Parts: sequence; C-alpha cells; structure tokens
Amino acid sequence: MLVAGRKRRGGYRRIVKLTLRIWRQRGPNERGGLVTYQVDDISPDMSFLEMLDALNQQLIMAGEEPVAFEHDCREGICGSCSLVIDGVPHGPDRGVTTCQLYMRRFADGKTITIEPWRARAFPIVKDLVVDRRALDRIMQAGGYISVNTGGAVDGNTLLIGKEEAETAMDAASCIGCGACVAACKNASAMLFVAAKVAHLATLPQGKPERTRRVMAMVQAMDREGFGSCGNQYECEAVCPKNISVRFIALLNREYLRAGILGTKMPAQSDPPHGESY
Amino acid sequence: MIILDSNIPPGPLEMKWDRRRFSGKLVSPANKRRIKIIVVGTGLAGASAASTLGQLGYQVECFCFHDSPRRAHSIAAQGGINAAKNYQDDGDSVARLFYDTIKGGDFRSREASVYRLAQISTQIIDQCVALGVPFAREYGGQLANRSFGGVQVSRTFYCRGQTGQQLLLGAYSALCWQIERGQVTMRPRTEMLDVIVADGHARGIVVRDLVSGRLSAHTAHAVVLATGGYSNVYYLSTNASGCNVTATYRAWKQGAAFANPSFTQIHPTAIPPAGDHQAKLTLMSESLRNDGRLWVPVSPSDRRSPNAIPPSERDYFLERRYPRFGNLVPRDVASRAVKAICDEGRGVGPGGQGVYLDFSDVIRQQGIEVVRERYGNLFEMYQRITGENAYEVPMRIYPAPHYTMGGLWVDYNLMSTIPGLFVVGEANFADHGANRLGASSLMQGLADGYFILPYTIGHYLATVDSPPIAEDHGAARAALERVEARIKKLLQGKGRRRTAASFHRTLGKILWDHCGMSRCAAGLRAALEAIPPLREEFWQNVVVPGSGDMFNQELEYAGRVADFLEFAELMCHDALHREESCGAHFREEYQTEDGEPRRDDERFAYVAAWEYREGEAPVLHKEPLNFEFVQPTTRSYQ
Ligand SMILES: Cc1cc2nc3c(=O)[nH]c(=O)nc-3n(C[C@H](O)[C@H](O)[C@H](O)COP(=O)(O)OP(=O)(O)OC[C@H]3O[C@@H](n4cnc5c(N)ncnc54)[C@H](O)[C@@H]3O)c2cc1C
Ligand code: SF4
Ligand code: FES
Repeated sequence: MLVAGRKRRGGYRRIVKLTLRIWRQRGPNERGGLVTYQVDDISPDMSFLEMLDALNQQLIMAGEEPVAFEHDCREGICGSCSLVIDGVPHGPDRGVTTCQLYMRRFADGKTITIEPWRARAFPIVKDLVVDRRALDRIMQAGGYISVNTGGAVDGNTLLIGKEEAETAMDAASCIGCGACVAACKNASAMLFVAAKVAHLATLPQGKPERTRRVMAMVQAMDREGFGSCGNQYECEAVCPKNISVRFIALLNREYLRAGILGTKMPAQSDPPHGESY
Repeated sequence: MIILDSNIPPGPLEMKWDRRRFSGKLVSPANKRRIKIIVVGTGLAGASAASTLGQLGYQVECFCFHDSPRRAHSIAAQGGINAAKNYQDDGDSVARLFYDTIKGGDFRSREASVYRLAQISTQIIDQCVALGVPFAREYGGQLANRSFGGVQVSRTFYCRGQTGQQLLLGAYSALCWQIERGQVTMRPRTEMLDVIVADGHARGIVVRDLVSGRLSAHTAHAVVLATGGYSNVYYLSTNASGCNVTATYRAWKQGAAFANPSFTQIHPTAIPPAGDHQAKLTLMSESLRNDGRLWVPVSPSDRRSPNAIPPSERDYFLERRYPRFGNLVPRDVASRAVKAICDEGRGVGPGGQGVYLDFSDVIRQQGIEVVRERYGNLFEMYQRITGENAYEVPMRIYPAPHYTMGGLWVDYNLMSTIPGLFVVGEANFADHGANRLGASSLMQGLADGYFILPYTIGHYLATVDSPPIAEDHGAARAALERVEARIKKLLQGKGRRRTAASFHRTLGKILWDHCGMSRCAAGLRAALEAIPPLREEFWQNVVVPGSGDMFNQELEYAGRVADFLEFAELMCHDALHREESCGAHFREEYQTEDGEPRRDDERFAYVAAWEYREGEAPVLHKEPLNFEFVQPTTRSYQ
C-alpha cells in the first residue's frame, strides 16, 4: 500500500535497508552466536517486531528456522517482548517496550545487534527467548494479599487518598518484563521487587502482611540467583514503565523495618510447586 | 445428539441466583481435597477461577501457553470495569446495569444470566480492592468512576489506562498464593490441544509442552476452559498475537455446542492499518469519543489536508445521523457508520481506510492542557505508531475486530453441552448477546471466575460420582493420537511453498470482506466457497520448519491457523442462517430505509448453538430467549 517517496506530512517515506546481527542459540545448553542477516523493504511505519516478522517470513520461505522471540500484546503492556537492541534492553527509546519501537527511529543502512536478556536467573530457551519464571517464583513467595474470595467489605469502606493511590499505581504499573535485570551489571531484580513491594506496602490493604512479604520476596530473589543492587540505576533508565528507583529506597526501608521487627521467617520454601517445562 | 437445557432456576429474577446457590449440592471439605480440576487459561476468568477453586480446597492444575500466567491477554484491557455501585448517586442500580446490558446486546442474551452478572458486579469491585488493585480514587479517598459508550450513568471503575493489567495482577497474585500453598500446580508454556471425553464426560485434556514439544494427557474430575476470544481469526485485530480459537474449537469437535460464532464486535476506534506488514491493530480507547468528533470531507475528491478544509465542507456523519447520541453511539453503530462512509469512497488516509477523529474543537474550547491531561498517553501512543501529532492534525481511525461475543454454549451453571466441561470468560457465549458494551467483559470474566463457577462446579462434582480416568485410558490415548497425527501432518511436506501467516492473511481478508461489519447472503456463500480450497491448499503447501520435539513457535502458530481455517466456515454458516440484523451482526438484506438494522424477534429470538458432525455441515440447535422482564424494543440511538 505504501509507496516509496510518496509525499506525506512530516517528510518523505523511505524504504530502509538494514543489517541485523542476531543472537541464535538452538537450546539452553547449546552454544550460541551472532548471525548476520540483511533485510530490505523496511518501511519506517513498521514496528521493530514487524521488521523481525518480515525477516522470519524470508527465513521460513528459505527453509530455515525463524528467529524465536517473545511477543504477544504488541502494545507495551504484557511484558513479553524482551530484546536487547544495540546493547540496550528495549532499545534506544526511553519509556517504551521493544514492541513499541518503530523503524522510523533507525537510519537507512544501519547495522543493528539484537540479543536476548542476559542474566543467570534467566536461562535462554531458544534464540532471543529466555525463561523468566524466576520472577513468578518471587511473586509466589509473598507478592500477594492473602484474602479469600467472598466476604470483602465495600470498596469505599477503605478510604485511600488520591496520592497514596497514585503512588501505588506508579509502582503497580510494572509489567514484569525483566529489562531492569537485563540492564544491571549484577543482574539484580531489585527494581522489579521494589515495584511489587511498594505497590502493596503503600496501600492499607497490604499493610498487615508487609513484614512477612518483604522478607519472603527478598529471600526468594536471592535464592533465584539475582545479583545485588549496585546503585547504578541502569534499571530505571531502561524500564519501559518508568518505575522510579525511589521505590528501591522504599524497599530497603521496608526490609530494614522487617529486620528490626525480627520477623520469624518461614522455613526456606520448598521448590516451587510442580512447574514443568 | 445435543439437548440444550439452560438450567435457569425458577422464580423471580432477583431470586434466581440465591436459589441456585441454595439448591446446589455441596462437596464436603474432605472430599474437595481428593478432587482435581483442570483450568486452562490464566486471564481474568481463568486466574480468578483457579485461585478460588484452590482456596476452596480442590486440587487445581492450571495451564497457559504464555511464559507466565500474568501475561494473558486480559492484561491489555485499557478502559475499565463496570459495576452497579451507584457511588455517583446518578440513578444506577442492578436493574439498570441489567437493562443496559440486555439492550446493548440487542436482546440476544439470556435475562437470568445477565441479571446475575449485574448483581455480582458490585462484589467484584470489593474483592479487587481487597486484593490490592489500585483503582483510581477521588481526593477524598473514594473510588472514582468514568462513563463509557452506550449508557447514561457513570459506573466504570478504572486504573489509569491499564485496568486490565491491574485486575489481572490482582487475580494473578491470588493465584500465586494458591501456588505457594500447593493448591494450584501451574504449568506455563503449555498449550492445550484437545479435550478428553470419556463416558460422555470431560475428563481431561491433551497438552503440548511448548519448550520440549512433549505431548501428554492430564486427567481430572472436571475441566474449565478460560481460553479467551478468537478475534484473530480476522488476522488483523486488536487482540494479542497469541489469541486463538484452538481450545474451544477442539472442544466443539468433541461435542460442545458453539453458540453464535459469528457475533464479533468490531471496535470503531483503532489506528488504521499502515501497510501489508501490519501484524496487529492498536485500539484507541473508546473514551476518546467523549471529546473527539468524527468527520470526513463532504466531497470524496477533496484531497486537502484536514486543517485546510472549512467546517462547511466537513461531514460530521455520526452527529448528522444520530443527533441524540452523536459521537457516543455504541460500538457497532459507530463502526458501521465509518465503514459506510469509507465504502462511499469518502475515507481518508492510505487506501481510503479511515476517518478523522478531531480534537480541535475541544482544544479550542477547553485548552490543550485539559486534553493533554485526559488523553495524553493515548496521543503519545498514536504519535509513536503513526508519527503524527494529534494535537495538530486530527487522528485517523478505522474499525477493527476486537471481541467475540460468540463462544462455547454454556447453561446457567457455565457448563457446556459436554458434562464436566465448564467455560468461563470470553471463551463462552454468555451475557453480551449480539454486542458487548464497553467495560463489561472484565466484569464478566471476574464474575464467572470468582463468584459463579466455584459454586456451580461444586454441584456437578457432588452429583456426578465417577472417579477420574487414568492417563492411559482409551479415550486419553485416542485424544493423544489425534493430536500427534495433526502435528505430524503439519510438519510433513518438503518443498512446500507458503507460510502460515500468508494463509492467515488471506483467510482474514475473506472474513473481513464477507463476515465482518456487514454481511449478505451472496458474500457469505462466496466465503463458504472460498474457504475449503484455501484450507486444502494450506494442508498441501504450508511450510513449517523445525520439528515437533522442540520449542517451535511456527508450529504453534500453524496449528492455530489450521483451526481458524475450519472455524471460519462455522462463523459463515451462522451469519448466513441468521436472516436479521442484530447488534454487531448486520445483514445488508435486513435494514430499514435509512440503513438501520432490522431485528426479527419472531424468527430469531434465540441463541444459535451449533453441533459438530464429522464430514457434514454443522447442525443448528436453538435456545429460545424468553423475555419475561424486559420488553425487546427497537434499539434506537437516533
Ligand atoms: C485492546 C483491548 C482492550 C480491552 N479493553 C477492555 C476494557 O476496557 N474493558 C473490558 O471490560 N474489556 C476490555 N477488553 C476485552 C477483555 O480484555 C477481554 O475480553 C477479557 O480480558 C478476556 O479475558 P479471558 O480471561 O476470558 O481471556 P484471556 O485474558 O484472553 O486469557 C486467555 C488465557 O487462556 C490461555 N490459553 C488460550 N488458549 C490456550 C490453549 N490452547 N492452551 C493453553 N492455554 C490457552 C492463555 O494463555 C491465557 O492465559 C479489551 C480487549 C482488548 C483486545
Ligand atoms: S521494573 Fe520496569 S524493567 Fe523491571 S520488570 Fe518492571 S517494568 Fe520491566
Ligand atoms: S509484546 Fe506485550 S509488551 Fe511488547
């Protein structure tokens, strides 16, 4: 439908040609490496993932295996997409996910390197797909309010000031993508855990369990092999939802508080129940 | 042979659900521990069902194809969730929510179910608050509301532009708790590919481990499908790329009736497709129609830039046709009007597929800051995708497939025509009739999962006394073999020539043209003729690289496309047989002189539930819709 060079508001449309260097790895225990591909006919209106779709269609027709990468909503909310683009998780734009990146951002003829999230806690499944279940296991350790269904009081019984509600919402907008981990030299999951802890600790409903929750989640994070926070704030810079590092400070306070209160920790949890791959 | 028994409790509307809960048999706590339930899907419906069942003491095994239960498509819902709280004191009530939903659905839904939904709506909000969902609040600390299309009260609860994610995180956290407690076994990256039916009851499922490719049978006392909607049958839709019909379609082939498969909602305000590369369409929230005005140039040959066209040469077509509701008519009405304009050749943008959604008046009257505060994130999103600044030039929008009202037929207890197979959320056909109102799907998914299914499944389990089958039972083996054979066939050929995506795109075009926003007998017949050869070609020519015993996304996708290629035919049969226009189903032959839909309550006041017959055309069964409490009227928004 689009014609090269057709005049349009904002300038001329160009057809872009690109060189891609993509990490290929057949399985978790195989050796991977960067493979170079050429793509042309790239419209600036394509999203980054549509550009990869186009490459994959070419590969399939050539009898090769397409590049495995994660995607689902393609509008920046599900947290599936997870590419390191030229060394930066989610690519050069701030505050967006990979799927929200458009090709008009890239100059014609450019070489782009595409790699998976790299972290000890995120083993590679295939090519650009990693296993992020460690984040789920942190949530299972305590990222909830334990109320049963039924019998909740009227939602307006708890008055929650607009500011508190907004702060909780800021923290709760984390989409669990793991870019913060991928950006961190120590592969720490602090920003993720901080967002989760802060969301619930800010709300009155979350207060009764806050002590147990923060201890359990931090322990789970350590157990999963995430590194410690080096206060470099690379995480904040790549976070597609602009989760602020001040939540890390809040997490630290919650953790200290829990330590002072001397919570009895539940015995080390059993391995997470029956997940299979 | 399928018999549709809707199992609606007798008595006055307000009492039905209480009566059902009272008359339902209970399972004793000790027995619950011995009962295993399979839940497929972890969207709002599945996660809320699995966590509540786990909390009740059942052993739950829960599956999803995503890498994490938190990524189900429910996450993408933006606008909000309805509830008849009447916090605004603007005259809302259970009865009004009930009536709005019945009318919005153009009198093609079941009164008793819709009334129950309206009753439960208020509990949902309380439950979500208790789970820590950070709903928007007023300065005084109370819950805030906004309005949505098709209604006159303000009853929508929201969390900025990400209500779906926040509600899902609430349900997911409840699920996490039950996983930690050992009540739920979670199996992510596992795709259900068939239902196991033994002695007429659903007894398990066959799944493929998407990482290792291993197939296995899982058996249980009952199976719950919460696998979402199938708008992706159109190739381009607002749905996430993984949404599909596989689970419900395969259940159909095992004997579950499929209800109203052609009732699909086309949302009026999505960003128009920009080219052939397009993989999905992005929804622009319905709330934009509160302030944005839809128009096109009066003259089709007018190629000036929108800002250069004077008001007198613009056609504000919704305001012209529907003076009372104007730009706020329900979705189906707005979508059809946009399509009609574009069909007349008056559309704007590439391919003439689009109309302007213009904010210049509200910017002039109330200032750019007001608009920025209300819609800033949407304008940003629009700019990111199109490269255009909607503060300066009007947005362009075009309708897109969005939600499927059709789904597996269920009775009042949410059980399909296969005993022991329950269906919740968008996957079932319930509650929305021929058109869904905004913010009511999240409500339905959570009503089903938190509050309805956990009761009704208990009655089934308490009254049907049969132990689950072993995993090597004949029925399980047969199901495994079916799945294996199909995968083998997909991977077969060498020298094949076309990708699954290419077939999908062709199929989507056929459906969009003939079974989309407006339909006619000739078009539907043409579609029914075009689909079988396409399917045949698919099985001859589709290229699926790699093998079955590995992580293979193309194999997953090809399997889903194969199901779409069969299911599309069922949609067309349904649309062809329904010789009336109702809600989202607009048959060109059945319209008034001024182009409004003509419903036919004499002949079509029923749910069309289709039965699968191998090698034959699907067989129609009818569940009559008796309106005891509301009088079906012409649904006018003029
Ligand atoms: C962009 C967008 C915005 C929306 N906004 C709103 C809104 O504001 N308000 C509103 O009320 N509604 C809205 N909707 C509609 C609403 O979001 C959905 O209808 C609803 O969330 C569906 O929930 P669900 O639980 O039924 O299914 P889903 O959330 O789609 O979940 C399906 C689950 O099933 C699993 N699954 C599917 N097939 C298989 C299989 N074969 N094997 C294993 N697992 C499987 C998936 O992994 C997933 O976990 C919106 C929809 C879209 C597309
Ligand atoms: S904190 Fe940000 S980067 Fe980290 S998982 Fe959440 S959204 Fe992703
Ligand atoms: S694909 Fe969902 S966030 Fe990118």
